[in-house]
Amino acid sequence: MLRTLLEGLRQPVTEALPTDPEFAELAKKLSRETRRRLGRSLAIRMLDAGSCNGCELEINALANPFYDLERFGLSFVASPRHADVLLVTGPVTRNMREALLRTYEAMPAPKWVVAAGDCASGCGVFAKSPACLGAVSAVIAVDLVIPGCPPTPARLLAGLLALLGTN
Amino acid sequence: MSAWEEAGRALAAGQTSLVSLWADGSRARLALLSGPDVRILDHAAPGGHFPSISRLHPPALRLERALAESSALVPDGLPDTRPWLLHGAAAASYPFLPVKGAHLHQIPVGPVHAGIIEPGHFRFTCAGETIVRLEERLGYVHRGVEALMEGKRPEEAAKIAARISGDSTVAYAIAFARAVESALGVAPPPRALWLASLMAELERLANHLGDFGAICNDAAFALMLSHCGILRERVLRASFFCFGHRLMMDRILPGGAITDLSADGIAHLRALVAEIGQKFPRLLSLYDRTASLQDRTVGTGILRPDLAQLWAAGGFVGRASGRDFDARRLYPPYDSLAFATAVRSEGDVDARLRIRAVEIMESLGLITQILDRLPSGPIRSALPDGAGEGFALIEGFRGDIFLHVRLEGGRIARCHARDPSWFQWPLLEAAIAGNIVADFPICNKSFNCSYAGHDL
Ligand code: SF4
Repeated sequence: MLRTLLEGLRQPVTEALPTDPEFAELAKKLSRETRRRLGRSLAIRMLDAGSCNGCELEINALANPFYDLERFGLSFVASPRHADVLLVTGPVTRNMREALLRTYEAMPAPKWVVAAGDCASGCGVFAKSPACLGAVSAVIAVDLVIPGCPPTPARLLAGLLALLGTN
Repeated sequence: MSAWEEAGRALAAGQTSLVSLWADGSRARLALLSGPDVRILDHAAPGGHFPSISRLHPPALRLERALAESSALVPDGLPDTRPWLLHGAAAASYPFLPVKGAHLHQIPVGPVHAGIIEPGHFRFTCAGETIVRLEERLGYVHRGVEALMEGKRPEEAAKIAARISGDSTVAYAIAFARAVESALGVAPPPRALWLASLMAELERLANHLGDFGAICNDAAFALMLSHCGILRERVLRASFFCFGHRLMMDRILPGGAITDLSADGIAHLRALVAEIGQKFPRLLSLYDRTASLQDRTVGTGILRPDLAQLWAAGGFVGRASGRDFDARRLYPPYDSLAFATAVRSEGDVDARLRIRAVEIMESLGLITQILDRLPSGPIRSALPDGAGEGFALIEGFRGDIFLHVRLEGGRIARCHARDPSWFQWPLLEAAIAGNIVADFPICNKSFNCSYAGHDL
């Protein structure tokens, strides 16, 4: 085990802060107020509201050593009671509507909602299905949209950091 | 006895395996596997009624529940008439099965879970720490996939098929493409078939690597997650480099593939294979040398071989419990490639992990063979407008995906997709009984059933 541990130290793979001009404008608008509230940390509750699971794969990748999101003060929390941000994926199926609402309501204010992926933002392939409500914004107000099908980890990270005003 | 009834009895007797069961207009349709052949049996349901198959063969139960709620057909004698995927207005009053006994308590979990995973509800009935029974309730991510595909042209519908389960997007794209091609009598060019298998093996590799780390992480062995996470990320980056998308979504369409592989891509993949081939065996030996980790995996969540057989459990779930089936043996180009299928009989978390470890190494071998022998030529055949029906049985990382299409006037009249999870989810209920609640996450992850693929 020691050899494996040392190897990790000798060949670090963690990459520099991603920059994405797409979020720069947004960062300016959001950051002053959110930064005042949040300081330098963001507790994120992730919720799948009907995703194909593609978005979750890339959100999970944020924790791998290449992106290592915790070094930016971002962390995923298990309870909505501990969360500042609700990160939602999927076109919001009818069957997940109530769970989405209840999770949101369980979060203390102030709170922000991020819609990640084309489905969550309303332009995915399932948007017009009668089994779906079509977008997160059809149920709760959305503060930030991170497009992509699925959004890459670099883009997810850039979007989340825009909330903190780090980039 | 009708052919339908006979088929039900043959299934129950284990002479054939259930591939799927679905409704198409006024017909109930049954797909059966015997030996290497898939056979479709139709039952024109007079007045909408047909004899329930699950009455004879329980693995058909959830498929029939889904059929009953979403079509006009009625399976006579259906043993469980509760809704399944359509929750409707009465969602809150869903009647869970009663559990009787002294000193039992229940733990409801979900649909929203603690981690970054898909939603579903688990109702545990426990005696102290021990799980007496688990009942699953699924359908939360029901997006109406099959209905949404109807009336669409194959290229449009392929986008939906590719998003049935994001972790198996390549496998679904292949299944959809092969089914449409067989319906229209089109043969994709050989290079396209080989490229599709290359992508399928990259997808298998990425998923197995990610899950290998995640399962060990569920036993609090985070080091493995980090190292496997690096290898998984390398696979996704190589996929992006070669095919322009990390998960390789929408690269395979009916008629062939849309992105070709360059010489640079080939070199990139060879380097990837070399790196994983060198690093993964060392991670496996770390697993072998860590007794505290195996303490959590050996003997945990045992799936009995007779159940795996009866439910025709696909993928590593079936193969870790003695079911020697791999759909790749049934279609090209695998018939001209050498690979071994690992089978074990222990059926525990450890066995499922070890099957995946073997499959990682086998996929590396397959990728090398494909790169060595990739045929040249075009990668796409033209698709005529037309009518017909066709199906495909494709081995995704999780097991065999069955997809059936019926086309009319160049558009999808009916598409049915059956994820391997349909037969693996019920087996998780069986495997977890007698284990402690704290071992559920590791058992669940070792099955890694799809919610999206099942809920449709
Ligand atoms: S945006 Fe794409 S990857 Fe994300 S859930 Fe929708 S279909 Fe899946």
